[in-house]
Amino acid sequence: MTLLSTPAVSVRDLRKSFGSLEVLRGISLDAAEGQVISILGSSGSGKSTMLRCINMLETPDAGEIAIGGEVIALRKGRNGRTEPANRSQVDRIRSRVAMVFQSFNLWSHLTVLENVIEAPIHVQKRPRAECIAEAEALLAKVGIVDKRNHYPAHLSGGQQQRAAIARALAMKPQLMLFDEPTSALDPELVGEVLRVMRSLAEEGRTMLVVTHEMGFARDVSSRVVFLHKGMVEEDGPPGEVFSAPTSPRFRQFISEHR
Amino acid sequence: MGETFLKLLEGLPLTLKLTFSSVTLGLVVAMALATMRMSGMPALDWFARAYVFVFRGTPLLVQIFLIYYGLGQFRPALQALNLWGFFREPYWCALLALTLNTAAYVSEIIRGGLQSVPRGQIEAARACGMSPFLLYRRIIIPIAVRQALPGYGNEIILMVKATSLASIITMMEVTGIAHKLISQTFRAIEIFICAGAIYLILNFVVTRAIQALEHRLSPHLRDAPVPVQRLDPAISSGVDR
Ligand SMILES: Nc1ncnc2c1ncn2[C@@H]1O[C@H](COP(=O)(O)OP(=O)(O)OP(=O)(O)O)[C@@H](O)[C@H]1O
Ligand SMILES: [Mg+2]
Repeated sequence: MTLLSTPAVSVRDLRKSFGSLEVLRGISLDAAEGQVISILGSSGSGKSTMLRCINMLETPDAGEIAIGGEVIALRKGRNGRTEPANRSQVDRIRSRVAMVFQSFNLWSHLTVLENVIEAPIHVQKRPRAECIAEAEALLAKVGIVDKRNHYPAHLSGGQQQRAAIARALAMKPQLMLFDEPTSALDPELVGEVLRVMRSLAEEGRTMLVVTHEMGFARDVSSRVVFLHKGMVEEDGPPGEVFSAPTSPRFRQFISEHR
Repeated sequence: MGETFLKLLEGLPLTLKLTFSSVTLGLVVAMALATMRMSGMPALDWFARAYVFVFRGTPLLVQIFLIYYGLGQFRPALQALNLWGFFREPYWCALLALTLNTAAYVSEIIRGGLQSVPRGQIEAARACGMSPFLLYRRIIIPIAVRQALPGYGNEIILMVKATSLASIITMMEVTGIAHKLISQTFRAIEIFICAGAIYLILNFVVTRAIQALEHRLSPHLRDAPVPVQRLDPAISSGVDR
């Protein structure tokens, strides 16, 4: 049934090297609408690079990425490297794909509310009043509406990450990318962010989540993908892959991350 | 002493005019230089580097002499180019030297400010679809300006003082008038103390203005806002009316 509908994101044979280091060696991945995919893998396996290729923060060397069926056009540049063929297509696609970073990356000179309304107003050109109303609702949803006039520097890590999630949601994204959203947090702050992410999953949002939180991968995601040295080593529903992993490396990875 | 002070104040308009003009024009040249430095085009980058190297590496006094006296040697050529009217005037020569000199320093201040913007914040802006223009206007420039402001304030103070070198090529700004008074009265100490006091007051005002601007632009670097106590609506409306 998922074969018939257009996948929310489709990655075909993605390749990327930094200099002589081959980081992605042919990755293919489809996410259907509403799926939550947890991406696991040891450090350096290419998880961040894959995520960053999906919204073109890194340009793939080869392969194809389609968001909601729209293929991102690439071409060979003059120096022989690939580059986006159409900058405005990239900007348009980025405004439909939101990203949440490990280090939050809130804009330090703007208040929480201003962070959330920034892109809706200036990138999506929506009316200010409407954006503010929506932003306040989103901040209430992630539980920090009382901090809306605070600057990022005045928030805890957990509050900053929840603000960053509200900022991502404000774009009404078709797809959300999370790159280790809880890895920079003190242990006691991880729960509040995971709770917000869980509620997003339950709403049926399409999410790709790079994480080391095994609990989240097991309980929340619809699929788990394990990357190893730039390739997909294991891919399946959490119930299957955790109880009967086919790859010995994934088995070892699980045993190290209990 | 009061009389000396008043006499010296006659030079203040020229001091202010030189400072204001060179700082303003210097900022424009500096922006062009910083853009060249970061253009990624080797020829432009190289030109800007050489410019900064020369103007930072040589004394301002030498630059003033070279422009005023040095270019005087090329009078026929300048006349042919219709530029002699400009280079004949000590005011324009002083202004040109001050402008070119401050531009070298300010371009480095601008570059430092732009480079201080955290990469992550730039990526977050790109990731939500901001075009390069929007990214600069909404994120990079506002953050860079806040970073660069203290250094830029410093440069303005240096420029206020640097205008005193214009007295060497006959400009009657505060220091020029001080020289003239001393040659007439020989009361060097009193006169230089008064002149020094004028620069001190001027720079006090500049410092305060920059501090006020910094304060206004940097609420995110201060303490968190104190939560507003919500008054009971009944009580507050009773108090208000
Ligand atoms: N911009 C870059 N330039 C050069 N090398 C890079 C760059 N980005 C990533 N790499 C290298 O690519 C490899 C994969 O990096 P990546 O960040 O994708 O790993 P990861 O799976 O996200 O790891 P981690 O769990 O530590 O975040 C690493 O060896 C890294 O050093
Ligand atoms: Mg990573």
